[in-house]
Formats: sequence, structure tokens, C-alpha cells
Amino acid sequence: MNETTADISARKAWMGLMAKAPAARVGALLDGACARPDFKWLRPPEVGSVMVRGRAGGTGAPFNLGEMTVTRCALRLASGEVGHAYIQGRSKADAEAAALIDALMQTGQAATLQTAVLDVLAADRAALTKVRAEKAAATKVDFFTMVRGED
Amino acid sequence: MNTQVLDGGFADPAPQAARAFRAVMEAMARPGTIHCLSGATPPAPLSVAAAVAILTLCDTDTPVYLAGDMDTPDVRAWIAFHTGAPFSGPATCAFALGRWDDLAPLSAYPIGSADYPDRSATLIVAVDALENSSQNLQGPGIQNTARLSLPEIPAFQANHAHFPCGLDFLFTCDDRIAGLPRSTEVS
Repeated sequence: MNETTADISARKAWMGLMAKAPAARVGALLDGACARPDFKWLRPPEVGSVMVRGRAGGTGAPFNLGEMTVTRCALRLASGEVGHAYIQGRSKADAEAAALIDALMQTGQAATLQTAVLDVLAADRAALTKVRAEKAAATKVDFFTMVRGED
Repeated sequence: MNTQVLDGGFADPAPQAARAFRAVMEAMARPGTIHCLSGATPPAPLSVAAAVAILTLCDTDTPVYLAGDMDTPDVRAWIAFHTGAPFSGPATCAFALGRWDDLAPLSAYPIGSADYPDRSATLIVAVDALENSSQNLQGPGIQNTARLSLPEIPAFQANHAHFPCGLDFLFTCDDRIAGLPRSTEVS
């Protein structure tokens, strides 16, 4: 597997989408798209925590914001593709579904899964962001000055 | 990348690692006793005992040095996938893995300092035979004397002379493991 930068950023994008998906959503979409293939665990699902680092104000030096729960696993399909998953939360079934999709995205089923799973997840995410942005925008207060009283 | 090499880690990590840790700890605490390890199927030339010890003891904070024939892409990929341990040279490693002749000279490894004797390397030595014969061992953890087949004597006597600094050794042969801490006198 000799991946180019474009391959890696595309894989990052779909792994990120599945990592942030709501509980049981990825598995339901996968079952809707195709039958689950046979696979073998390379690393059975395990729950742990990772330290999240970030720039809280958007600027300055990154520091440790806090820990979040993460489930990870790795598996190999019968055809040889290896799928990895790191997802938020403690659902091992979700991690399995995410790793299966990661592996299947390297096979001929990539186009099917792209439309049936990843595009749906991206649309979900965009809708959620829009609702939240609208809710925040509705409470926005505009301050303006009627008279400055400088005379 | 050949993805077949990622096979063979612990199937049930928590209990298997706990059992392996207990065996490695017993081996270190009672020098000269030989213990069996199982649960991993590593790529050649890594032995089962060495691989289980690596899975149990190594993580992202312990640089690993692969000496001589051990340094193959398969072994590197397997250790990186299952433990996340970084690879380093002998001077900065926490664990070194290889055959006795490939690991020499022992002066290349960190032996710790008087303040921090724990900042030393543990050498996981692959040997062809591991038996309770040949060299005599004496020291903490040994009631009278114990015997263990060691590759040589002077190197371990010199290492013991550094105590409390010094290197610790794990000898592995197939699925068997024995320990030789720095506190043991070899004759």
C-alpha cells in the first residue's frame, strides 16, 4: 500500500466523519448499503482515553483541554484490506462498523459506500452545524450608538 | 506494506498481558528460574517469548533498539502496530532486542545514574538453548545457588560491579524466558 497525500487526506476525512458520528448511525448505514464481509481482528475493540490538546481561544499555544473516551480497533478483510477505527465514545459495535467501512473504502465498493454512508454522514453533520449556527444567530445582539454626545 | 505481519497480537489483551507480566516479574525476581510465555505469534525471527515480553513491557514511552538480524521491516511494523514503541539506537533505548553477539558491546547501553538507576536498558537476548546448567548464580531472589546457561561470564560480572546501576537481562528461547537482574552474582 503506497498511499499518496491525496489518498491520506481522503482517508482522514472519512475516518473523521465516522469518529464523530452519533451512536449506532454508522452501523445502520453500513447494513443499509451492503452485507458485512468476513474479517479477522488485528486488534479487538478496546476502550481508552486520549488527551485532547487545543488552542481554546483559537490562538496561542496548544494546551491540554481534557481527556475524552475513545474506542479503537483494527481488522483485516478476507481480501486483505486493513481497516482502522478510532471513534468517540465507548461503543465497540460502532468501532467495528467504522473499521469495516474504512477497509471497504479501499476496495471496489468505495463508490457505493461513499454515497450510501459517507455522504449521508456528511449531510447529517452539516445539518447539525447549521441548526446550531442558526440557534446562535437568533440570539445575536447588535449594539449601535444613537447619539454619541460629543457636541 | 505486507499486512499479514500485523497478525498475532494478544487476542484478549488484559488477562494475557497480566499473566505474561506475572511470568516476567517472577523470572526477574527469581533469577535462574525458567518460565513459559504464550499468546502471541510474531513474525520471524522474533521468538514467542521475546514477542510476549515486548507486548507486555513496551509502550510509546520505551524506545526499542533492534540489533542485527532482528531489525527487519516485518518486526518493526509488528512492534509499532501492537505497542506504539519508537525505535532508537542503543544509547537511548529502554529495551534492546537481539542475539548476544549482535547486542555487544554492553557499554553502548544506558546503565542509569546514581540518582536514577532505573533509567537503564533491559536487554532481551535471544539464545539457542536455555537450561538450568553451567553458570552459578547467587544473590537476591536465590536461596542458595541457581544455575542458568549464559552466553559468557565476564560481561555479567562487570555489569554486577556497577550495582545499583547496570543492565538487566531477559533470555528468551522459543516460548521460554529467564531473567538475570543486575543484582545477581555470576560465577
